[in-house]
Amino acid sequence: MRIPSAILTLVVGMALVLLGQWVANDVNLLPESASVNAPVYDELFRVLVAIGTMLLVGMTGVVIYSLVRFRRRDGDTQDGPAIEGNLSLELFWTAIPAVVVLFLGIYSYDIYDRMGGMADLNGHGMGHQAELASVRESGPEDENRIWGGIAPAQSSGDVIPVEVTALQFAFIFHYPEQNITSGELHVPTGQTVELRMKANDVIHAFWVPEFRIKQDIIPGQPTVLSFTARKAGDYPIVCAELCGPYHGGMRSHVVVDEPESFATWVETNTPATLS
Amino acid sequence: MTIASPPSPSPQPLRLQPTGWLRYFSFSLDHKVIGLQYIVCGFLFYFVGGALAGVIRTELATPISDFVSRDTYNQVLTLHGTVMIFLWIVPVVNGGFGNYLIPFYVGARDMAFPRLNAVAFWMIPPSGLLLISSYFIGGAAQSGWTAYPPLSITTPAMGQILWIVSVLLLGGSSIFGGINFIATILKFRQPGLKLMQLPMYCWAMLGTSILVVLATPVLAGTLILLSMDIVAHTGFFNPASGGNVVVYQHLFWFYSHPAVYIMVLPAFGLVSEILPIHARKPLFGYVTMVYSIMAIVVLGLVVWAHHMFTSGTPPWMRLFFTIATAFIAVPTGIKFFNWIATLWQGRLALNSAMLFSCAFILQFVFGGITGVALAQVPFDVHVHDTYFVVGHFHYIVYGGTVFVIFASIYHWFPKFTGRMLDENLGRLHLALTFIGFNLCFAPQHWLGLNGMPRRVAEYDPQFTLVNQISSVGALLMAISTVPFLINVVVSMVRGTPSGPNPWRALTPEWLTSSPPPVENWKGAAPLVHEPYGYGGPAGVVDLNQASGRDLWRNEP
Repeated sequence: MRIPSAILTLVVGMALVLLGQWVANDVNLLPESASVNAPVYDELFRVLVAIGTMLLVGMTGVVIYSLVRFRRRDGDTQDGPAIEGNLSLELFWTAIPAVVVLFLGIYSYDIYDRMGGMADLNGHGMGHQAELASVRESGPEDENRIWGGIAPAQSSGDVIPVEVTALQFAFIFHYPEQNITSGELHVPTGQTVELRMKANDVIHAFWVPEFRIKQDIIPGQPTVLSFTARKAGDYPIVCAELCGPYHGGMRSHVVVDEPESFATWVETNTPATLS
Repeated sequence: MTIASPPSPSPQPLRLQPTGWLRYFSFSLDHKVIGLQYIVCGFLFYFVGGALAGVIRTELATPISDFVSRDTYNQVLTLHGTVMIFLWIVPVVNGGFGNYLIPFYVGARDMAFPRLNAVAFWMIPPSGLLLISSYFIGGAAQSGWTAYPPLSITTPAMGQILWIVSVLLLGGSSIFGGINFIATILKFRQPGLKLMQLPMYCWAMLGTSILVVLATPVLAGTLILLSMDIVAHTGFFNPASGGNVVVYQHLFWFYSHPAVYIMVLPAFGLVSEILPIHARKPLFGYVTMVYSIMAIVVLGLVVWAHHMFTSGTPPWMRLFFTIATAFIAVPTGIKFFNWIATLWQGRLALNSAMLFSCAFILQFVFGGITGVALAQVPFDVHVHDTYFVVGHFHYIVYGGTVFVIFASIYHWFPKFTGRMLDENLGRLHLALTFIGFNLCFAPQHWLGLNGMPRRVAEYDPQFTLVNQISSVGALLMAISTVPFLINVVVSMVRGTPSGPNPWRALTPEWLTSSPPPVENWKGAAPLVHEPYGYGGPAGVVDLNQASGRDLWRNEP
């Protein structure tokens, strides 16, 4: 007796869901997650991988099955059935993707909100001004600052401001409160760092793969980007926008320390001041 | 009153155009000649672009910059992108197959504006040569095919200006073609042929041409402003003179995102022609296919800022463009489900045309999935401008269109030449291309997720092995063109004669001799109301016996 095709379809569907879940949860495609944003990002990534795997494997399976099952035998000159369409099928595969895509859009909006991206982008706008450490102590130039769009501005007391200057082909980090200038970024765990970025020549981009953040640094458009590191370690900072011949070599490091070792670093690197 | 008798026809009919092989090098007005000119010319540029890709993959076989100088590397990647888009894919899927097929499909003897058509083609070789020659006179542009200022303003001006001039010429050629297609499809249809009876490729070309005519002028204007910033030191985009670089990005992507659909929609149309014939079934869901093309056209115009999620765009813009971009997946998905439904229960001939089309479906689905993922702002922020994006768009433009170009060549070569291509070599070509392509581009997604940015000549040594795998894939892709070339050359001379209609197809281009006469059909043009009328009760019309004219006369 033949197994009814409805049952087979159900089994295949369940297998697909399990496969999608397995790939999403057990196949690690991402680098280490070292910032507060990163686990939120990874959550979205797993959902995308699960849906994507199901779709890709499912559609590949159907195409290969058709190619094998419905292949033309030698000498067969007959046509297939004259089926020109099926309205309910069309509605079905219009509605399902629309719902999935809408769900994804809303879900990623939520994720983005949790990452702080939907905070008022013109963060220097009237009411928001006080919250931004950069604006508190800044000149009129900061009127143009654009919010990078990731990580919320914390209450201003905890924020470590760092001025980032990108130029061909290096990043320069300046800690205004300690007057430290450095070629690599040092940050403590658990404290929000606010990067105030400007580019001197062409567009660069500040990317830390382990933090899952990236922001273009655009000349003529000072930009603010915040993040909070979570895990101590040494992570690459990569320029991700073509900026000239040595673009591939425009890299630096972000060293994430425990708060105590960060304090030591600050102490040893603060230049002596004439008091 | 006397009536002058008409002059007796001269015994030698006046030849308006050269005949024989020479016409392929002439200012021919025959749409079939122009179509083949586009295809062959595009193929020559494909080899240039492929060689440039070879340089890139050779450089990336090692983590240090050791094969070409860094300046040269940036010139190579700029030329690679520009050549592949503007000189290979866009001209071939639009101008090439469009010119060859559209007049057949609407039942016309030629395009609406034959002279404009020839002008449009003959703008391409000079601008292509100009673009490539810029490498030898002072160096080509080095700011990527996107030419973002201020980089494009600060790199050597000569190469950038030559790049702008040649892209302007190519854009002009594209607009001429687009106008011609719109006029031909809307105004040159045979009396009695309704729009909803046209083969799907006509709809695809109508949608594409609307995009070309709406979006390309924006690119042209933008590039003219950019060239003024470069030569006249104006300040449209140059922040040093008070310009705004993000405005350039908006204007550039307003063309360049629709450009993806300008490449992909015609490919969708070609697949819609190929699949029903080799599956012996009607195209599934004709009406929804038409609506999804038009939906893609409309949505395609309002998604451009998803290329700019890291450029400091405001949140409402991010939200809007995320939703709009993700929604393109709906009409696109409909098309893929419809193609699979066309295959279902068919009698599939597993020939090269069919297999290349199915490879296209698999690869485009993957590219589409990563595309929907990229539409999500938080995801995009991490992988923007990385090898993930490189992998994604090669799945779209190579997996999506180049595979279709090959499928189409296997499908229409008998019509072009009257001879069949060899199937064994064709399947070898498919296998090598399929394996090479996936080996080359699938690992690049992992590279991007793990921290390798795009457009770099040097990279973190931890990525060496995966880059080498990718380079091996690229080498396989280069090798895969060898069986194809042998196949084309040998089959052109010694291939099995195909007869007028080797696939027993119903679309009008097959209802004439192969290759077709200058006037497309001897006698009246066939009026095909049902281009996909396959299947049904067997034995009504034996396609092996009937001539094209019988077929359309038998129409009720």
